[in-house]
Amino acid sequence: MLTIENLHATADGKPILNGLDLQVNTGEVHAVMGPNGSGKSTLAYVIAGREGYEVTAGSITYQGRDVLAMSVEERALNGVFLAFQYPVEIPGVGSATFLKTAVNAARKHRGEQEYDAMEFLKLVKAKRAALGIDDGMMRRALNVGFSGGEKKRNEMLQMALLEPSLAILDETDSGLDIDALKIVADGINALRAPERAMVVITHYQRLLDHVVPDKVHVLAGGRIVRSGGSELALELESRGYAGLGLEPSAAA
Amino acid sequence: MPSRRTIPFDYPAPGADPAPALPGAGLPWLDALRDEGRRLSANGLPSTRTEAWKYTSLAPLAELDFPHPAAAEAEAIPAEPETGAFDALEGPSLVFVNGRLSSRHSRLGDLPGDLRVRGLARGLANDPAGIEALIGNATPNGDPLAAFNAAFAADGCIVEAAPGAVMDQPIRLRFVAAPGSEPLAYHPRVIVRLGVGSSLTLIECHEGPAGAPTWSNPLVDIEVGAGARLSHVKLQIEGESAYHTALTKAALAGEARYESHLLALGARLARHEIHIRFDGEGADCQLRGGYMARGSQHVDNTTVIDHAVPHCESREVYKGVLDDTARGVFQGKIVVRQDAQKTDGHQLNRTLLLSPKAEIDTKPELEIYADDVKCSHGATAGEPEADQLFYLRSRGLDLRTARKLIVEGFMGELLEEVGHEPARAVLSERVAAWIGGDRS
Repeated sequence: MLTIENLHATADGKPILNGLDLQVNTGEVHAVMGPNGSGKSTLAYVIAGREGYEVTAGSITYQGRDVLAMSVEERALNGVFLAFQYPVEIPGVGSATFLKTAVNAARKHRGEQEYDAMEFLKLVKAKRAALGIDDGMMRRALNVGFSGGEKKRNEMLQMALLEPSLAILDETDSGLDIDALKIVADGINALRAPERAMVVITHYQRLLDHVVPDKVHVLAGGRIVRSGGSELALELESRGYAGLGLEPSAAA
Repeated sequence: MPSRRTIPFDYPAPGADPAPALPGAGLPWLDALRDEGRRLSANGLPSTRTEAWKYTSLAPLAELDFPHPAAAEAEAIPAEPETGAFDALEGPSLVFVNGRLSSRHSRLGDLPGDLRVRGLARGLANDPAGIEALIGNATPNGDPLAAFNAAFAADGCIVEAAPGAVMDQPIRLRFVAAPGSEPLAYHPRVIVRLGVGSSLTLIECHEGPAGAPTWSNPLVDIEVGAGARLSHVKLQIEGESAYHTALTKAALAGEARYESHLLALGARLARHEIHIRFDGEGADCQLRGGYMARGSQHVDNTTVIDHAVPHCESREVYKGVLDDTARGVFQGKIVVRQDAQKTDGHQLNRTLLLSPKAEIDTKPELEIYADDVKCSHGATAGEPEADQLFYLRSRGLDLRTARKLIVEGFMGELLEEVGHEPARAVLSERVAAWIGGDRS
C-alpha cells in the first residue's frame, strides 16, 4: 500500500528526514512515535504534499504510484487522507458546504454520481451522530471558533465521509480530554478495514490504549530507529524516549 | 483659477447645443444654488495632489466629452432597460433611466400614509417650497464632486418617513444607463428623511450596459431622526466604461442607527464616499463595504466619520478581492471631537490579492481630541493563505475550487450582516457570479 524508501527531506534548507524507510500493508495500522522534533509532522506533510518541504532523496510509493509526482488534490482523490494536528480555520465557508464539495469531488473522480443536497444530508447525519457532532456545528464556518475537541472530531467526520485507502493521523490525540479521546478512538476503530491502511502519528501512548496498532515505529533524528509490535509502545511509555537513548539531542 | 490641485474639465462639453433649462429653473433659491455649484465646478476635478484624491486619478474622466444633462430630457426614454438586479423583490421601486425618473418603469404601489416617495423634478414643479425646505441650504461646501451635483442635478427623489413609520418592504432606487453610443453623465440627488422612531430599508442599485462611457455622480443626503433606523443597501455594477463618483452623507440624531451595506463590482473607476455625522448621543453607524475588481478596474472607498457628540458607536468593515491589475483604495477617517467622550470607533480593511499586480492603498486616519474613547483600526492585504489552500486541496478540491471557496467565504462573512434576506441573496449571487468570471 505505502512504501517509503530512504526518504530525505528538508525544510528551509534544514534536514528533517534523513533516510526514512517505512512499509505499510493494506489493512494494517501502524503507529509512528517519537520525541518532539523527530520529524513526525514532516513525514505526514511530505506524504500529503504540503509546500515548504523539499525531498532531496528517496521515494514514496502508494498503490504502485509515485506520490511525489502527484499534486496535493491528486493524492487526496486517490485515497490519501491527512487528519491535521491543527485543522485550519476557513472563515465564511460553511462546514456542510465544504464537506459536500469534498465528497462530491471524490465521487466525481471515481466516476460516481454526485450527491444532491438531500442525499448528502442523510449521509452526514448518519456519520456525525457517532462522533457526537450536532447539526449546529455543521452550520458554522469550517473550524472557525471550534474547540480543540470539535476540530479533531470534525477531522474524523471528514475521514469517515471520504473513506480513504490510506489515512495519516497527525497527533490526532493532542489537546483532547479523555472523553473526546475515546470518541475519536472509536471513530478511528470504526474505519479499520481490510482494504484500508492507517498511520497513526503520536507522541504519547494513550491513544494506542484505544487504537491498538499492528506495528509501532520509533522515529528519531529523521529515521525509523526501532520497529516492533504494540508492546513497543508500552515499553516507550514506561521507560520514556530518554530511556531508549532517543532524546532528540542524542539522536541528532 | 485652476491650480495643480485640480484637473481642467470642460463640463458640459463646449460646442454642444445651448443648454436647455434644468427642472426648477427660475426658482431664485435653486438658481443661486446651481450658480454656486457651477462656480465651484468650473475649477475642474480634484487632482491627485489633493489629499482626499491622492490615490484616485480622475484624469481619464476629464478627457471625456459629456453633453449637458438637461439634453437628455428632450429625448424619449429609450426602450425597456434590461432586467434589474433587484427586480424579483417586493415593494416600491423607482427607476431612473439616464438620470431621469421613468414613471413607466417605476412602481410605487400603495404606499402607507406615513411614507412619502416622490421624484425631484416633479417635486420642484409641484411643491417648490417643500423642496426648498429640504435642500435650500445644501451648499456643496468643500466637496468638488458635490459641486457638479449641485449645479447639474436634473432629477432624483425624496423619501420621507413620518415619525414612527415602519416599512418592512424595502424601497428600491435603480439607476440605469440606457444602451447608447454617446457618452452620458447624470447627477442624481436623493434625499432621505427618517422621522423620529421610523424604520426603513433602502436599496440603491447602479447598473449600466457596457459601451459608451457614462459618468454617474449621485449625491445621497440622509437624515436619520432620533431613534430611527435606516438599512441602506447599495449595489454598484455599472459597465466597463463607466465612472461612478458617489457621495453619501448621513446625519444621525440621538439613538439613531444607520447601516450601510455596499457591494461595488462594476465600472472602470468607482469612488464611494460616505460621510457620517453624529448629531445626537447614543447613535450608531455600521458601514460595511465589499469590493471586487479585476482587469484594470479602480475602486475607491473613502469614509469620514465625525463623532461630534459623546456616546456614539461606529463600526467599519471593508473587505475586497482584487485580481489582475485592479487597484483598490480605502481611506477611513474618524474624527472624535473634544466633547465626544465615550466614543467607540472601530475600523477594519481587509483585501485578498489574487494577482501579484493587484494593489490596495489603505489609509486609516484617526483624529482624536477627546481623552476617554475607544478607537482602533486594522488593515490586512495578501494572497489567500497557503495553509487554507493546502487544507482544502488535501480534501481533494482542486486549486481553483479551493480559491473560489475561500474568496466566497471571505466576502460571505460581510454579507451575513445584511438584514433583508432577499437583498442579501441578490448580493450573494453577484459575488458568486463575479468569482465565476462575470465582470458585474
